[in-house]
Amino acid sequence: MSDTTQLLRFITAGSVDDGKSTLIGRLLHDSKSIFEDQFLAISKTSEKRGMAAVDLSLLTDGLQAEREQGITIDVAYRYFATPRRKFIIGDTPGHEQYTRNMVTAASTANLVVILVDARRGVLVQTRRHTYLASLVGIPHIVLAVNKMDMVDYAEARFNEICAEYLAFAAQLGLHDITCIPLSALVGDMLVDRGDKLNWYQGPTLMELLENVEIDHDVNTTDFRYPVQWVCRPQTDEHHDFRGFMGRIEAGEVSVGDEITVLPGGRTSKVKEIVTYDGNLQTAYAPQSITLRLTDEIDISRGDMFVKADYLPTVAKEFEAMLCWLSETPLDKNRKYLVKHTTRTAKCLFSSIDYRVDVNTLEQHVNPTVSMNDIVHASIKVQSPLVFDHYNRNRASGSFIVIDEATNNTVAAGMIS
Amino acid sequence: MSNHIFTHLDALESESIHIMREVAAECKNPALLFSGGKDSIVMLRLAEKAFRPCKFPFPLVHIDTEHNFPEVIQTRDKLAADLGERLIVRSLEGSIAKGTIVIKNPDLPRNPYQSVTLLETIEEFGFDACMGGARRDEEKARAKERIFSFRDEFGQWDPKNQRPELWDIYNTRVHQGENIRVFPISNWTELDIWQYIGRENLHIPSIYYAHEREVIRRGDSVIPVSDLVQPKPGEKVEVLSVRFRTVGDVTCTAPVESTASNVDEIIAETATTRITERGATRMDDQTSDASMELRKKEGYF
Repeated sequence: MSDTTQLLRFITAGSVDDGKSTLIGRLLHDSKSIFEDQFLAISKTSEKRGMAAVDLSLLTDGLQAEREQGITIDVAYRYFATPRRKFIIGDTPGHEQYTRNMVTAASTANLVVILVDARRGVLVQTRRHTYLASLVGIPHIVLAVNKMDMVDYAEARFNEICAEYLAFAAQLGLHDITCIPLSALVGDMLVDRGDKLNWYQGPTLMELLENVEIDHDVNTTDFRYPVQWVCRPQTDEHHDFRGFMGRIEAGEVSVGDEITVLPGGRTSKVKEIVTYDGNLQTAYAPQSITLRLTDEIDISRGDMFVKADYLPTVAKEFEAMLCWLSETPLDKNRKYLVKHTTRTAKCLFSSIDYRVDVNTLEQHVNPTVSMNDIVHASIKVQSPLVFDHYNRNRASGSFIVIDEATNNTVAAGMIS
Repeated sequence: MSNHIFTHLDALESESIHIMREVAAECKNPALLFSGGKDSIVMLRLAEKAFRPCKFPFPLVHIDTEHNFPEVIQTRDKLAADLGERLIVRSLEGSIAKGTIVIKNPDLPRNPYQSVTLLETIEEFGFDACMGGARRDEEKARAKERIFSFRDEFGQWDPKNQRPELWDIYNTRVHQGENIRVFPISNWTELDIWQYIGRENLHIPSIYYAHEREVIRRGDSVIPVSDLVQPKPGEKVEVLSVRFRTVGDVTCTAPVESTASNVDEIIAETATTRITERGATRMDDQTSDASMELRKKEGYF
């Protein structure tokens, strides 16, 4: 790795049968990211279960409960690196009841690898995974047509699957899609090209992961700076220091820039951009910094600094898509908490308009809301939020819903 | 981003700072667990980056097994003093004196008992959040743990009942008596840690670098000879060039054979190493495939 190694987060989606765990195992193995002791442990287990070859999918089975049941029950994170990039894989289970886990892992991903079995083509679950990827706004999509060895590496079959998939994805407004034919079991077109897919001219999966352009995955134009913490050292050395600490969620800021503090609306100018490593002239998303302003205005956690050229919405009512995560269904008569950027406010669901069937994309009106449901809702909050449309800005368009009685996180929301 | 390259270390650093600031802002009485080991030294630098020129809005806490490497304790005390931050040390000996820890075999590692003293310390000071330097790449159970990991009043982790964690919006809420463990460097790997130590020029205890040491071979491990570990009949003491990849209880932390005597050499060695950090060096995690999971369920961090 060098001083210019970037970080890419991606997830894989597909059922156990699609060879998802094998694909991850193969990526780790062929990029030499599996350790000997891990390999030894899974070799032993494979042998115990009477398997002929080492089952690479065992690498991603984390917990005792899962190993006993032979299924993945939660999101696990894996790490590997090449000289160009460090990768974080969010490994999610393919079982239907775990939609919430895919949404969870997808929320931080730059890219999703959607697996299909070349013999079976685009299935209901492929559509479901693609819909969820579009809902959560994953910037880059890879359709991995796996098990090409089982269809004699037929180009026509690959083209047929891709055409069907791209037509479906276009309906969802998805365009950054790369289709790759591969065999995770044999290793073709993951790290090495193999010699059976010479008709395919595109990148291997690893080449794509290493080269996909991610600088614009965050919004680089609309400055958004939620204040996390106010630093007032009140020491002799820093007796009048007031620094507003936070992370730039979108855009950039320079010394001298005029900023507006929302929801209040007061304006000021950036006096200094302070970091431990020295002051900066300009800072960019997603840097964590400290800002000092030229004016003394009352600012606290939950306020957001923006610039006048593209203003967010400030409102107490908004609409959103919700993914319900809790085993306890939504109760419209109860108040919940919304945590959005660094603000937390009481909220009410004023209406639940429809539920999306993630398999058919049909809308059902007046639904009840249970775990794994995706619904469109209208929400009222006790104090105003400062937000953007989720599709324009992930960081200022997302929120979680917390049940005050249990303190559990019960829903994920995307403002529409 | 013109002329600005945001590297993986920049991304990890910014994420960790963001997490620490969320803890400071939302938790009533947080603490940062600090042992003097390399990961917790990285945590201190991240805390400086998060909060300077302010003081840390939390104390440093060390749960001391008293099975220590002296260099590590010296580093712990010096760093806390240099930073001018408050260091709270609570020892397993205190729990033993109170009778809440009963040592069955004095020769065995004390790591399993750390949970008891940690929970007592949490209760004594009323901490509602403890930040620790654990990483997801260390072990299978950790790979599935949230960054904000909720614990019940017995300090237990329930892997099947974790709060979903989306985007970087963290749910920090707990009821009275409950607490959360927070892992700001969850997404760092061993290699990232060493690259960061190099980039930030951090001072770490000398035992992380290659040195000559008297060791005994037991099974696949080399074990350092100390006051607590003496050769059994038939065992031979050898002098090897070794370094430690992790530092814990002196009776169960094994070094690896190495000649890497500076950060660059360690980075080169780490980038090509074929054994996991815990697999190579922690005998307490080799006992069974699920050792860490079981310890965490009991309240270990």
